[in-house]
Amino acid sequence: MSRELKCHKGIGDKVEGKALVADDNFSARYDLDRIKGVFSRKAHKLYGQSYKDKILVLNTAKGGVASAWMLHEMKTRGICPKAILFNTANTILAQGAALADLPMCDRFEDGDVTTLIKSGDHLIVDPQAGLVTVK
Amino acid sequence: MKLSEEEHAMLAGEQGAARRWAIDHQIKVGEMFDAVNLVPVSQAHMMIDPESVGDPGVSFLEDLADKGAQVAIPMITDPRGVDLNYYRPLGQTEEMADIDRRTIAACERMGILMTNTCVNYQTIMPPVLGDHVAYGDTGVVIYSNSACGARSNFEGGPSALAAGLTGRTPRYGLHLDENRQATRRFRVTEQPRELTDWGVLGAVAGTKAGSYWEVPVIEGLEVVPTSDEMKHLGAAMASYGSTPLFHLAGITPEAQSLADVAGEALPVEYISADDLDAFRSNFGAREDKVDVVVFAAPQLSIVEMQAVARLCDGQKFATAVIVCTSPQVYADATRMGFVATIESAGAKVLEGTCFYNQYAREIGEANGWTRLLSNSAKIVNILGGYGYEPALASMEDCVAAAIAGEIQ
Repeated sequence: MSRELKCHKGIGDKVEGKALVADDNFSARYDLDRIKGVFSRKAHKLYGQSYKDKILVLNTAKGGVASAWMLHEMKTRGICPKAILFNTANTILAQGAALADLPMCDRFEDGDVTTLIKSGDHLIVDPQAGLVTVK
Repeated sequence: MKLSEEEHAMLAGEQGAARRWAIDHQIKVGEMFDAVNLVPVSQAHMMIDPESVGDPGVSFLEDLADKGAQVAIPMITDPRGVDLNYYRPLGQTEEMADIDRRTIAACERMGILMTNTCVNYQTIMPPVLGDHVAYGDTGVVIYSNSACGARSNFEGGPSALAAGLTGRTPRYGLHLDENRQATRRFRVTEQPRELTDWGVLGAVAGTKAGSYWEVPVIEGLEVVPTSDEMKHLGAAMASYGSTPLFHLAGITPEAQSLADVAGEALPVEYISADDLDAFRSNFGAREDKVDVVVFAAPQLSIVEMQAVARLCDGQKFATAVIVCTSPQVYADATRMGFVATIESAGAKVLEGTCFYNQYAREIGEANGWTRLLSNSAKIVNILGGYGYEPALASMEDCVAAAIAGEIQ
């Protein structure tokens, strides 16, 4: 049975994929090996895991401004998440998503998105409608 | 979003394809953050280091420049990723330098001033109280918001560029009065004494605050920080907490009293000596070996350059030492003899770069640098994710470690 999760209007077009979830934060510069496409920061809960073509579900965005360019660079090389869902995005990641055309949503009505969705769940993300469907 | 007549014209492409891209980008971002309209800004500052931009980003810039893009307001840049006078000895490649050269050429065609600095508030044109700006570099934003009372969100490279092209930015976040009130109230019980102490305080406050949407007010400070101290406080807070604004009660311009930022009603959270010590214990210990000592993040002011030069005078370093400063300070520091003094001890002063955004992983691997020591709480945070084992110490202790080859 599928569930629908309402969120704030986001950025980008509708996309479908498998979730990779952690109650942790995100910075493209601090946390990732962008060539290998894995989380490279040892302290990160997704350390060692590949994010390529996953829908990342994380708490919030942290750290530097560089992530804004990095999403575009990652998307162009094709080693990139399919979408990112946050409890709260920050400005940088939203700006980066806008440049990269990477779907991104945040502010879920039913609470903590990192507990509402589990790794491996099949998701349909519709940022313009502000809707995520868990199949 | 409500657009003016001129903004509608931009969106319709009447001012060219570059401005149409820019305003379309701003509307996408503005709608995500419920901006009702755009606000004129007096300056834009863009982070555009080659490592994060990559070939796709440079091609994007070149395409905009080809379309005749011209900035509408003064627009400046953050540190570059390559010191074009010194990159091969660091193990940086010609490809890296080429991305930088192409970036510079594209930016110059658009009328962007290549200041290459993250201390523009010390060296270029500091914003004033109430000034709406579109700054990149979290350290620049937090300093400008907090110490100057200017109004900026974190503007990533693309958004800073969009603001430069339209002369506006979406009115959300810190452009609005209500988002500048304090949401967390920290009381310090231990007074910071030198630069690194201020960085440690910033790191602890940032970690506790932990979100772009929290605004800490700090009380209990018995000293007014200098610009350099405020710089380290802010850079660390932004790095650990994604924090874009803080107030110091009785010190920073928007918080002449706690009441000014609605801080009185907030519960007091103490930042004790134990909190600061707990943070420090994450980084390095006595007799740990050191491969490289780095002074950067943020770039050094002329005052810091003088302090480093005094410590280096007549010394010989057993480790590599890298010092990063802005082109503006570099020229002064050269003229005043500080660069020569620092380099005589075996260090290298880089101009217009900052260590962590100059391919830190690759230069670490090329030079066999793992154990890195710095007085910057910000850089030790970042480089943990770049294959380094970072340690933190005061400027004096960093220089002593560079002489001995290990932490003293």
